[in-house]
Amino acid sequence: MAAGVAAWLPFARAAAIGWMPVANLPMPVAPSNKNKRQDELIILNVSGRRFQTWRNTLDRYPDTLLGSSEKEFFFNEETREYFFDRDPDVFRSILNFYRTGKLHYPRYECISAYDEELAFFGIIPEIISDCCYEEYKDRKRENTERLMDDLEDNKDSKLPNMTFRETMWRAFENPHTSTMALVFYYVTGFFIALSVITNVVETVPCGYMPNQRDVPCGERYTEAFFCMDTACVMIFTVEYLMRLFAAPSRYRFMRSVMSIIDVVAILPYYIGLVMTNNEDVSGAFVTLRVFRVFRIFKFSRHSQGLRILGYTLKSCASELGFLLFSLTMAIIIFATVMFYAEKGSSSSKFTSIPASFWYTIVTMTTLGYGDMVPKTIAGKIFGSICSLSGVLVIALPVPVIVSNFSRIYHQNQRADKRKAQKVQKARLARMRISKSGSSTAFLHSKRNGLNQSLELTLPYYKMKLSPQGSLEEDQQLKKTTSLLESQHHHLLHCLEKTTNHEFVDERLYEQGYLQTALQNFPSQSPSLSSEEGITGTCCSRRPKKNIQPLNATHTHSHTHNLQELSALHIQCGEQQPLNTSRSSLNLMSDESGSLNCKSSGLVTTAIISIPTPPSNNSRASPDAPSPPNPEAPPLLNPSSTDVVKISAL
Amino acid sequence: MGALMVIFSLQTKQRRKRTDSIEDELELSAVRHRPEALEQLEAQTRFSRKELQILYRGFKNECPSGVVNEDTFKEIYAQFFPQGDASTYAHFLFNAFDTDHNGSVSFEDFVMGLSILLRGSVQEKLNWAFNLYDINKDGYITKEEMLDIIKSIYDMMGKCTYPILKEETPRQHVEIFFQKMDKNRDGVVTIDEFIDCCQNDENIMRSMQLFENVI
Repeated sequence: MAAGVAAWLPFARAAAIGWMPVANLPMPVAPSNKNKRQDELIILNVSGRRFQTWRNTLDRYPDTLLGSSEKEFFFNEETREYFFDRDPDVFRSILNFYRTGKLHYPRYECISAYDEELAFFGIIPEIISDCCYEEYKDRKRENTERLMDDLEDNKDSKLPNMTFRETMWRAFENPHTSTMALVFYYVTGFFIALSVITNVVETVPCGYMPNQRDVPCGERYTEAFFCMDTACVMIFTVEYLMRLFAAPSRYRFMRSVMSIIDVVAILPYYIGLVMTNNEDVSGAFVTLRVFRVFRIFKFSRHSQGLRILGYTLKSCASELGFLLFSLTMAIIIFATVMFYAEKGSSSSKFTSIPASFWYTIVTMTTLGYGDMVPKTIAGKIFGSICSLSGVLVIALPVPVIVSNFSRIYHQNQRADKRKAQKVQKARLARMRISKSGSSTAFLHSKRNGLNQSLELTLPYYKMKLSPQGSLEEDQQLKKTTSLLESQHHHLLHCLEKTTNHEFVDERLYEQGYLQTALQNFPSQSPSLSSEEGITGTCCSRRPKKNIQPLNATHTHSHTHNLQELSALHIQCGEQQPLNTSRSSLNLMSDESGSLNCKSSGLVTTAIISIPTPPSNNSRASPDAPSPPNPEAPPLLNPSSTDVVKISAL
Repeated sequence: MGALMVIFSLQTKQRRKRTDSIEDELELSAVRHRPEALEQLEAQTRFSRKELQILYRGFKNECPSGVVNEDTFKEIYAQFFPQGDASTYAHFLFNAFDTDHNGSVSFEDFVMGLSILLRGSVQEKLNWAFNLYDINKDGYITKEEMLDIIKSIYDMMGKCTYPILKEETPRQHVEIFFQKMDKNRDGVVTIDEFIDCCQNDENIMRSMQLFENVI
């Protein structure tokens, strides 16, 4: 239960007096606080620094170390204080959690030290309040990533039992693992550089042929370049095939960016080999050669910074998109304006709006080639406005991109948004569980312990005569739940008594709901009379879909019977409470219910096993007594008793 | 392009100024309420000095400003009934505690109410309960008022109950109540009928003593 709420529990219990005149059933016994102490100050000595607080403050969270009896282990008899040999600075935050109900994470604290303290004092980190939770999560993630990196570095030296394939893959991914890998790494790097330089030098004009103009080197030393190209492509092909073989998931590897770059880099060569003879497509083949420049991207395997740059551009896609969009808008506006401004002047280069695009782009990026210049005065005015605004438009998104890059670079790759969402969901789920602990705890204790106390309500007057005996039993119950919890449960129990309904959890409710839905379904059929019979008591009148009682005195018996027959119980014990509160219930139905309860003890999950009334004819009539209903058609008896039996299980 | 940007930035600055001023106003109007002196409260209620101290510490912790408004009240009460919707009943409770009807419950109201509930005589408690049920405070409990109250109590159960809550369950409950309480069958329950009837009912008498030892 939350902090302040514990302080208001006495108020809520006092307000429950408002239910008493309305309730029809006697209330359960209140838990006694025999061992109630007057609220006292307790001293917590944490490594010499003394903290003092009320005992009640600590009792607010009974499932932590300080709130439970676990702290008695740390009680120092001579000094009459609780001594903890822990960090006093972190303890300050923890104690404030008890006082205010909010756990804060101080930024100057080391994350692992803080985690340890939380674990020691039994507080789950999900409780950290929203103001500090982001910071905590970020630091935690950084820390785990750092630990994982360290672990990987250490792991590399161990693990002798890897297959050849796995060793190869690790060698490819991390060249520092072995000397072979390093050699391979440098060799491929060298050949990438060689290939790129070859492509570049190929086009340099290289001296004169006897009777022709400048020829590029590629045409002069064709064989040499061809040999070089072949060598490089062979190395790349071998490397690609080896990576493909070693990859743990080949399909995923083939889809990855790096492998696509590899394929694109070596494909033109093979296509060229195949198509050497055909003259028509050689033009196309030449343009294919341009793809060889993609080999330079293979360097990104060798450079971490390049990878981060690519990742930044990918993650800044929205800012880049905005930049592009605003530029496009500006270009179109200014191109149009310039076109119409320069339309008047003769020999104007601004022949059309698309032609003006080139001028606008060159001017806005402050390049100013000078191949197109405005000649009219209006054109010059607008041209100057264009160049001024160009500076502004470009200067705006660039700092955003730069800051993005630096953020990513320093944080070493922010986790995926999807991962963060999953973490958030998990956190909310854990908090919900600990919060809903109160309601599930009530249902829990109902099923387990409180059946005992309910029997106390039955001979309430007996209890008054012998207070001693009941108190002992009371004590037995209180062993497992704290006083606060038991008082809260007592409050909820009073509410149940007032309304004569019980709390159940979702599952049971849904089963019961489906059950009533199924019950109501056959009411449309001719076996409408079966509904009458199922209620068990004599209803000569035709019931509606949800059975209306005939007179108020039979209300409880009616609903009780219907519910007894229609809902499913899991435990026998749950049936008992309604049976024992005999104040206004029809005894017959009680008896039948309780008898069935004692006879069988199985658990059923069966919505399936509920027989529809018409099909019950085949069932043999069980020995359990059915509610007396002589007018009911014979088919009802099995159905009603069967249903009773199920409900008693 | 530059002109557009300048105009845009001016607009945002103006809008921000407007929202800031609204927030400032809200802050200034935060209420600070200090309760009467401890001795006075001791005289007016039946709590001892220590008990008042404990009560006030809890109260002040939850409501540092010294008063509870209805929303906070509903929130606090709802924490005890996680499965259902306690807001309607909390509303009625709030009206019962807010004796001077000024829209907020101060510590004095709170402690007076608790004094009646925990340390009062049976007569006083029944009086308080009658006051709770009588929503419009006219001295009569009509069927509609009772139906509202009972519906709000059933709301606190939530929907996951056994047996399943039916539409007419509250109404039936009201019928039972009126049959018991309304002696002269005039359709309303007066304070005397109520107190008479409750004093004759063993169950109710017993349950009134239930919370004696709460503080």
